[in-house]
Amino acid sequence: MTEATTYRVIQSTPSSQMAALAALALLVILVAAPWWAGRGDMRLLSEIFLYLSLAVLWNLLAGYAGLVSVGQQAFVGFGGYGLFALAMFLGLHPLLAVPLVGVAAALIAIPIAFLIFRLSGAYFAIGTWVIAEVFRLSFAQVSSLGGGSGTSLPIAIVKSMAGSRALRDSISYWAALAMIVLVLAVVYLWLRSRHGISLTAIRDNELAARSLGIDVWWTKFWVYLVAAALTASVGALLFLQKLRISPDAAFNVNDWTAYVIFIVVIGGIGTMEGPLIGTLVFFLLRGFFADLGTVYLMVLGAVAIVVILKAPRGIWGYIHDRYGLTLFPVSRRVVKFDSSHKNENPS
Amino acid sequence: MTNLLELNQLSKAFGAVRVSDGLSFALAGGEALGVIGPNGAGKTSMFNLITGTLDADSGDILYAGKSVISLSAAARAKSGMARSFQVPQPFTAMTVFENTLVAATAAAGLSIRDANGHCLQVLDQIGMMDKANDPAGSLTLLERKRLELARALAAKPKLLLLDEIAGGLTEHECRDLVATIRSLRQTGITIIWIEHIVHALLAVVDRLLVLDFGQKIADGDPTAVMADGQVRQIYMGIDADA
Repeated sequence: MTEATTYRVIQSTPSSQMAALAALALLVILVAAPWWAGRGDMRLLSEIFLYLSLAVLWNLLAGYAGLVSVGQQAFVGFGGYGLFALAMFLGLHPLLAVPLVGVAAALIAIPIAFLIFRLSGAYFAIGTWVIAEVFRLSFAQVSSLGGGSGTSLPIAIVKSMAGSRALRDSISYWAALAMIVLVLAVVYLWLRSRHGISLTAIRDNELAARSLGIDVWWTKFWVYLVAAALTASVGALLFLQKLRISPDAAFNVNDWTAYVIFIVVIGGIGTMEGPLIGTLVFFLLRGFFADLGTVYLMVLGAVAIVVILKAPRGIWGYIHDRYGLTLFPVSRRVVKFDSSHKNENPS
Repeated sequence: MTNLLELNQLSKAFGAVRVSDGLSFALAGGEALGVIGPNGAGKTSMFNLITGTLDADSGDILYAGKSVISLSAAARAKSGMARSFQVPQPFTAMTVFENTLVAATAAAGLSIRDANGHCLQVLDQIGMMDKANDPAGSLTLLERKRLELARALAAKPKLLLLDEIAGGLTEHECRDLVATIRSLRQTGITIIWIEHIVHALLAVVDRLLVLDFGQKIADGDPTAVMADGQVRQIYMGIDADA
């Protein structure tokens, strides 16, 4: 090794730079959707954005922090009910309620974390589910929110968002788009920061992480809190689109957790790209098979089994191993550059 | 001068098995202590107790004059203890470079910018630069052991605990390792090194501790300790038969 050889550390790759440009172009196109897409397309896109948000957040919890929660529907439902309550009882603008329910969810997640962090592995998973059931049963008791049968958002509140139906649809679509941009930005910047390095280390080996100075409990605690807050905000938007809420819909383990786990696991758990791929696959499958009733669920199950057997690290894990592609450069690479080249070219 | 590390009557038992039985010794700053003993003597358990991976049943550990017995493993790491694991514990999906980066940011508390430079320097020193971008999970066992050393150094330790890092090395590699650890001593790092390759150990340490059944059998000048009859009998059991 000569002295002319030096090293430096870079984070982006050619494929990630292309991905960043493509993402920017895609964002511009998506923001303009109200001018080119129909009402149904916008609803579908909104739903994709919100499901993708849930998947990215669950992936942060389970894929990075090792918190395999099957009770995130607690926060989805809390967010939905929170929005309805704030709008109906306090007369708040529904969009203003979205960040507020996020803050409320983070606060309520604090005592929950202290309680369920005493459990680990499968016990933790069951614990989160029990918490979600407690939420469902509690909200079913609130008669002013319709009790067990639920309630609709009063038409006056819906109309207060915007005069025309087209504008309301657009606002609701933009809110969902803003949500996924926020969620991706938060998770991506987190993973690129020094906290992300610690979090990834915990994902790979908790014992080593501890003995290298990482406070595993507090790291997980913050992940749980942020995931709770953002999940609740996503939940608020989901039910703002539906305009109707009931305990069974709001705290549904299939809709808000099972499908989300499917998305993350087949896409590639513990990667930024996995939830993106998984969401696309999920919505494609749903588009083709959803009308088939129970057969649809059997197809989902079969796809999950095949992917897990053939590509245990998910579709993205397979693509990454095979082609070395990276869309979100959270990894760091050491590159060698020969400073003698500079000397040849005096300037 | 004050001791960097002091163990006072440190005990830990798993059922009837005592991995640490009233263990006491003190280590001055800058000292290098070698630890030998038969398999199951409690050498690695001693490291687990010192670093907080394992909670002691009784006794105390003083580090830089303060008791650390109630501190978490993470807090002890931040205060300047770093170890290599006998059974390597890499962050398998992270690259070799990122493995060291964890130590430099979390344990040493460096900014990412400073950590980048420090880790490149460590990888160069340990001779792993050509593996920097490889996922740690793809390394061979020997490379994983070397990564354990690199990661511990990236933590900028005051107290470095090395657990059998020379096993399986060729004569040449072993000489390089000894040279590396000697150069570390020049920088004032205090070292405890558990090793079965005794000649490598003796080339570095200025004091030798012998453990058996969690107890201290001998402690002192390496040549005197190695000549001790009880040590020869316990540690090199074959000699007693001959």
